[in-house]
Amino acid sequence: MPKWITQVGCPYCGASCDDLEVLVSDDGKRVLETRNACAIGNEIFHHAQSPSRPKRPRMRQPDGSMKEVSYDEAIDYTAKTLLAAKKPLIYGFGSTNCEGMSAVARVAEKGGAVLDNCASICHGPSFLAIFDNGYPSCTLGEVKNRADVVVFWGCNPMHAHPRHTSRYSIFPRGTFTAKGQMTRTIISVDPRETDTAKLADHHLMVKQGHDYDLFDAFRTVIRGHDIPDEVAGIPKKTIVDAAKVMKNARFVMIFFGMGCTHTDGRNHNVDIAISLTRDLNAYTKASIMAMRGHYNIAGPGQVWSWQFGFPYCIDLSKGTHAHMNPGETSSIDLAMRGEVDCFVNVGTDAGAHFPIRAVEQLKKHPFITVDPNICMASEISDLHIPVRVVGVEEPGVVYRMDNVPIQFKKVVDGPEGVPSDEELFDRVYERMCELTETEPIWLLAKDHAKAATNAEQ
Amino acid sequence: MAQITLKPTKVPELYLEGYNITPDAFAGKSLMEIADLDAHEGKIKVKLGDYFEIAGQSGDTAEETAINIDGDCSRIKYIGNKMSAGSITINGNADMYVGGWMKGGKIHVMGNVDSFCGIAMEGGEIVVEGNAQNHVGCAYRGDWRGMRGGTIRIKGSAGNDIGTFMLGGTIIIEKDAFIHVSTHAEGGTVVIKGNVQGRVGGQMVKGDIYVLGSVQYMLPGFKKVGSVEQKIDGTEATFTHYIGDLGERHPKSKGKEVYANLYVQEA
Ligand code: SF4
Repeated sequence: MPKWITQVGCPYCGASCDDLEVLVSDDGKRVLETRNACAIGNEIFHHAQSPSRPKRPRMRQPDGSMKEVSYDEAIDYTAKTLLAAKKPLIYGFGSTNCEGMSAVARVAEKGGAVLDNCASICHGPSFLAIFDNGYPSCTLGEVKNRADVVVFWGCNPMHAHPRHTSRYSIFPRGTFTAKGQMTRTIISVDPRETDTAKLADHHLMVKQGHDYDLFDAFRTVIRGHDIPDEVAGIPKKTIVDAAKVMKNARFVMIFFGMGCTHTDGRNHNVDIAISLTRDLNAYTKASIMAMRGHYNIAGPGQVWSWQFGFPYCIDLSKGTHAHMNPGETSSIDLAMRGEVDCFVNVGTDAGAHFPIRAVEQLKKHPFITVDPNICMASEISDLHIPVRVVGVEEPGVVYRMDNVPIQFKKVVDGPEGVPSDEELFDRVYERMCELTETEPIWLLAKDHAKAATNAEQ
Repeated sequence: MAQITLKPTKVPELYLEGYNITPDAFAGKSLMEIADLDAHEGKIKVKLGDYFEIAGQSGDTAEETAINIDGDCSRIKYIGNKMSAGSITINGNADMYVGGWMKGGKIHVMGNVDSFCGIAMEGGEIVVEGNAQNHVGCAYRGDWRGMRGGTIRIKGSAGNDIGTFMLGGTIIIEKDAFIHVSTHAEGGTVVIKGNVQGRVGGQMVKGDIYVLGSVQYMLPGFKKVGSVEQKIDGTEATFTHYIGDLGERHPKSKGKEVYANLYVQEA
């Protein structure tokens, strides 16, 4: 009898839904059906079953073709390439678990690499703003139960996080928001009339690239000063009215997305949004949250901050300390400037997401992709190593966009002989230690920690 | 002053981190010892002597040491890092962090510099004949104590983030600037002699900005309070005086709120 597995996490977007139900075949090998998932979430479970999925590493041959090789060969090549490079870049982690991220960090430290994640081209500027100005944030549970004014600034959850609005931000009924959508006033700030903007009570169609000016206008109005008749394409009255809505709210929630982080000014747009949140707290409760893109892209920020003190753009090349300064140690800048001589793309598709010039620069040196699927990056790589799909074939800890850790489940067995990210990178680390005749201290530490946990239980 | 000349002999394959190219590190050392100073190319520890032909003589102290780099340093970072005295002349371009965390002395760059020139500077003088990229005289990420003293003069144009979190000192950009001038600043003076696109003085608490060209987009948090005659960096002119950022917090002095000043030259 096929069986329903409940409370399954969805390994797709940053909403990290953990209420999915998945029907699995008798033999525990196939996903038959899903419940509760949105269209994209459903797709990820079925995609994992695709018969065309690669099950062995493939290495580029001198004639340009790809040939299957063993995992041992692939691990040996990766270890040697990382050791030989003067400054390797290991980037990605949009789609893997914290266990995998931690394993990769051990490899990066050993290889004197720069360790970076997709935040670099996504919410990295939010980190910089948070360093500069703090992060008065909360959990999505608080949003659901308390927020009566929700601002979506430069983000469009109706498309990017399909269940965000129904689980947390617009529709759900919570403790102090018993009437759901009726209780909430929605403000959308976006230069386009997105599907989220269509749902909103107020849509401020900001002039593209002038978010900072509009934030400054809100702050100025809230402090009781006058502003020009029009700011960033928005009439003064609209700004004053929207500011009033926020000041009179019981709990204001500001969600922001790429519209803030990847237009001119970047971190400053988020920085001033944080200042606005702080200002609002003089009148009511207000909180702010980054609409993180992937289900565990908050993970590397947590894991690496614990390991190295920085969430992204971590230059470990000195071996004695970590150095972080986006603009210099950020993947795109490193690539564009020709500052790295080996690239490892893990659980993402740099081939599709990076500017073409950055990819061209990276392609001058060894290029390795670790990903369950064929993607643009895998097809231009010198080596592609497939791994199990986290959340489908591999359990693990993930951090939701509000930095709440969730234990994700595995629902089916992965393809025979295909390792998880964690297993793969632990083996790469071990091989690097063998090649450099050093002790695999981190693996020993991991065994030690495991033994201690087992003894406790 | 004793002169040391560095002649680049090899272009680094990646970038050279020349954090020891300072009068402080060179002072009191023989040519052999200077050639033996560490640098990094990626994770590889290298020696300055691998990249430069070194001639001349160093002074006994940093103050008495003048370094002359005879060639292009487009792929060399951290020149003049944390220097306290003496001088460096670069006859060409330089990469990132020229005069970063600098406390004293003088750096003169004949060409262009990349980003983070004069980051977290405390004193001394930097003159760049060409252009600068972004983050001139800015704070290090997450540090609310930006540039505290000294002077940076960029004779060309500069990008974004000029004087972020600035507390003191002077930055002069002789041509145009892009966006974000003195963001979060609580002191210091920035002079833009050309035009600037916008975000001038956002979240600024205290300090002065002079724009001799135009500001394309004024922030709504700046309010016109009058017109003043001023002489700034050799130019005497009438400026429109704005105060702001009215959206930001401001300290009080003698019961009155203290604002940042923005002076824009009247056409
Ligand atoms: S909203 Fe996101 S996490 Fe939830 S089911 Fe859809 S894709 Fe998965």
